[in-house]
Amino acid sequence: MSLLPVLDISLALLIVAIAAWTIAARDLFAAVVGYVAYGLLLAFVWIRLYAPDVALTEAAIGSGVTGVLLITAGKRLGALKSAAPDAPPGLALKLAALVLAALVAGALGAAILMLSDPPASLAPEAAAAADGPGAGLGNAITAVLMSYRSFDTMLEKVVLILAVIGVWSVGSDAAWGSAPAPLRRPRPYAAMVFLAQMLAPIGVLIGIHIFWTGANAPGGAFQGGALLAAMWMVVMMARLAEPPRIDAQWLRLALVAGPAVFLVVGLAGEVTAGSFFAYPASFAKPIILFIEAFMVLSIAAALPMLVAGPPSGRSGQ
Amino acid sequence: MLLDLFSILAIGIGAFFFLAGTVGLLRFPDSLTRLHALTKADNLGLGLVALGLLPRAETPLSALKLIVIWALVLLSGASTAQLIGRALRRGRK
Repeated sequence: MSLLPVLDISLALLIVAIAAWTIAARDLFAAVVGYVAYGLLLAFVWIRLYAPDVALTEAAIGSGVTGVLLITAGKRLGALKSAAPDAPPGLALKLAALVLAALVAGALGAAILMLSDPPASLAPEAAAAADGPGAGLGNAITAVLMSYRSFDTMLEKVVLILAVIGVWSVGSDAAWGSAPAPLRRPRPYAAMVFLAQMLAPIGVLIGIHIFWTGANAPGGAFQGGALLAAMWMVVMMARLAEPPRIDAQWLRLALVAGPAVFLVVGLAGEVTAGSFFAYPASFAKPIILFIEAFMVLSIAAALPMLVAGPPSGRSGQ
Repeated sequence: MLLDLFSILAIGIGAFFFLAGTVGLLRFPDSLTRLHALTKADNLGLGLVALGLLPRAETPLSALKLIVIWALVLLSGASTAQLIGRALRRGRK
């Protein structure tokens, strides 16, 4: 038996173990750390499955941004818990949760066991599309995302904006329009300021590079945008910049820019290429990069706003 | 041939530092000493692995990327170690 399968199997076992540990962990912070480690190992699995694009997304979103989001949420939960004594869940609620979990697990298991053989797949169609109107892009993944399933890709960004609106809506009425609370204590540690000052310029450069290179190599709008978002979060945590007021014009424009430009170009496709979300073949690459640039902007604006949380009543910058 | 030997040696020593760091992380008595073990493994271990991979890089650009990755890990490792250490000291008081 060669070494590689052994490593693959150990990786799989390790992931299952960490997943179990994350569920079993009593401490909220420990569970979040377990989840971040789980995401990073999952990125390795995607690398082993020869899917570096997915690995980049998993590492940036699944592990990085979600980790920050969960830690922040955990902190707020902790603050709530000390304020209100909570009653332990009753037997009926526990039973209902058990039944629901068993049902979901059973349905998932049944769905996998009853897959037709060979399984139904859109892959050939998507591969054909990657050679079609999105041609000229060296990275087939980006071609599929932007021309075969462009509508889905656009709607994913709409979902992000809806999530931001949802977070903002949690704030009190009086606070509407104001800035979210700062991400950290009033005086940040010198090491944090140093890290933000050193890392942010490099990170922004790498984020733009990952977006730009996504046309021809693993990378793309989501991965690059997530990196830019992370850099904004680091800068906010070091208190080098404060969260903006949520009624700031530039912030709202940045949030809607991605889906809006995508939709306008998609509608223009009706005229120039004969169908909704089709691009004229000779211009496909510049058009796709143009749309993606605005999507990077939207993602980089939306993710930090999710982490910053609802408006707090502060006047902001 | 000589370059291969260099790669094997550097990566081998790097792997040893990772092993030592992991043992330290598991065996040391408190958070500050564990942090010490961990950062040594990151900085030296990864540095040696990157050094060993340099002769195998296909282009000068990918060699440069390896060095940048090491530098970034140095930066984030050193800063987060400081932050965790500071938080630990504050928690003790």
